[in-house]
Amino acid sequence: MARKLLLEHINVPGINTLDVYRQKGGYRAVEKALKTLTPDEVVEEVKKSGLRGRGGAGFPTGMKWSFLAKPEGVPRYLVCNADESEPGTFKDRYLMTYIPHALIEGMIVSSFALGANTSYIYVRGEMMPQIRILERAIAEAKQAGFLGKNILGTGYDLELYVQPGGGAYICGEETALLESLEGKRGNPRIKPPFPAIAGLYGCPTVVNNVESIAATVPIINDGGEEYAKIGIGRSTGTKLISASGNLVRPGVYEIELGLPVEEFIYSDEYCGGIANGKRLKATVAGGSSVPVLPANLTLKLANGDPRLMSYESLSEGGFATGTMMGSGGFIAFDEDQCIVRNTWNFARFYHHESCGQCSPCREGTGWMEKVLHRIEYGHGKMSDIDLLVDVSKNIEGNTICPLGDAAAWPVASAIRHFRDEFEWHVKEPVKSLDTNYGLANYAEPIAKAAITE
Amino acid sequence: MLKVEEQQPVTFSAALLEKCAEIVSRYPEGKHKSALLPILHEVQAELGWLSANAMDKVAEYLNIQPIEVYEVASFYTMYFLKPQGKYMLEICRTGPCCLVGAEKLMDHLEQTLGVKEGEVTPDGLFSWRGVECLAACGYGPVLQIGPEYTFYENLDKQKLDDLIQDLRKK
Repeated sequence: MARKLLLEHINVPGINTLDVYRQKGGYRAVEKALKTLTPDEVVEEVKKSGLRGRGGAGFPTGMKWSFLAKPEGVPRYLVCNADESEPGTFKDRYLMTYIPHALIEGMIVSSFALGANTSYIYVRGEMMPQIRILERAIAEAKQAGFLGKNILGTGYDLELYVQPGGGAYICGEETALLESLEGKRGNPRIKPPFPAIAGLYGCPTVVNNVESIAATVPIINDGGEEYAKIGIGRSTGTKLISASGNLVRPGVYEIELGLPVEEFIYSDEYCGGIANGKRLKATVAGGSSVPVLPANLTLKLANGDPRLMSYESLSEGGFATGTMMGSGGFIAFDEDQCIVRNTWNFARFYHHESCGQCSPCREGTGWMEKVLHRIEYGHGKMSDIDLLVDVSKNIEGNTICPLGDAAAWPVASAIRHFRDEFEWHVKEPVKSLDTNYGLANYAEPIAKAAITE
Repeated sequence: MLKVEEQQPVTFSAALLEKCAEIVSRYPEGKHKSALLPILHEVQAELGWLSANAMDKVAEYLNIQPIEVYEVASFYTMYFLKPQGKYMLEICRTGPCCLVGAEKLMDHLEQTLGVKEGEVTPDGLFSWRGVECLAACGYGPVLQIGPEYTFYENLDKQKLDDLIQDLRKK
């Protein structure tokens, strides 16, 4: 069995309560950090751990922390990004539901490291049950002296609040999240200045994902160097993977980074293979924003070596033959799924969620949705396929925030790897309405697979 | 019905005002506008939707301009700017849920309730709509019902029918 750092005690009855969480060693990291370490030493441990942001960008957390400006007399803020909205991703909901104190403990340790005395957990509004769970956990922690004034007699003060969102994918972008937390529309800000200089209320702010913050607990307990021993290369530690789609056992799994993708999909310890005895056609390995890959490139690199669940291996080959780790939202498509239909679905999602500030994204996402809709419903033209590529290229890199890129990549990658299927839809407008293109050669060994640039 | 409700003056209950005061206390002095989203959730939970009168009342309470409330309420998908059924069934329509049959369930919901997406049943009990990813992709198809956003997972037609029956009996 692989090592579990975040979910080790997830099945212990009552682990959502402070008492049971403490019996299982909970809040040791708070005691250790506040009583024996300086804030800078906590930052140093997180740097040594090699922890990379678990929300999607994969930026080293310790480095992000070290950018935080510390002007005299200005408050600093830690804001936890619990706006989990990336299609395919549901790990943060799971963690907050079943082991909320892991996040609360991480928030205390991280706030201490950054010198924040007020911190917020911004939870997407639809997660009202999780908001109640966190509020209850915060009350318990406060009662036990882990929050409030003079925590554990160390002189450190921290107030922690939960903020509900209002239903907007864009608020997972950190500056949109801060706008929303200030009571405004979730329009991403132009950077620089980065939140580390001017974030919440114009003050220096760090925004971290739920899983990143929870990971600071084992890092402080065992030391950054121990954490860095797990994983492979610059992908250190464990990662929560949300597995969905046509799998025997979808769900949230904690893996050691470096696990072969094939093992993750097919072994009984994880997803148990493709549901209903079907064959794998394609995957989206890191949430809807990352490039879709056919089955062959999911399991193997272009050179035939096994692909691993790590930041480097998933992106090996660039966008020509690789994808990204993203938020760890792993979506599996069986042989009966239609790539055109799914691409249209995702395009509709991004059009719906575009905040509307930047023209390329506001207009381009709508155009892609329309063109994909007509291909899917039998009214497409052959030139539409290149039109989609053209629109996606004109969105990519031309917007204030990464939503534009996130909308462009799924479309561009679907055409890169599944162009035959798009062409078939255009050539067979009637047939494609009620039959699917099927598996075709998408699971064939790499040498035979069409790798188009 | 819509017109009558819009004309009705809105009053906030003592419990709601107490809750609003607690929410405002979470932010530094002068940053009370941060309370806007949570307060709108509370007001909607009490009144069922956000009428212009209700939003004006929130603006007055937070000492901000009404437009600052309207622009926020119209940006986020969770705020209802017109009356809904007593039970608003929100079913996820994004990729992963569609891989496991969400689209068929949306058709089934429309047939069973007899109203189109966004409309209210004549008895005022139900309305329904497709919503974007609810972060429960491994347990799809999923559906939620506010204001507590109770979750129903791994749905099929039978479970959906049972749920609607249960809600009718309530």
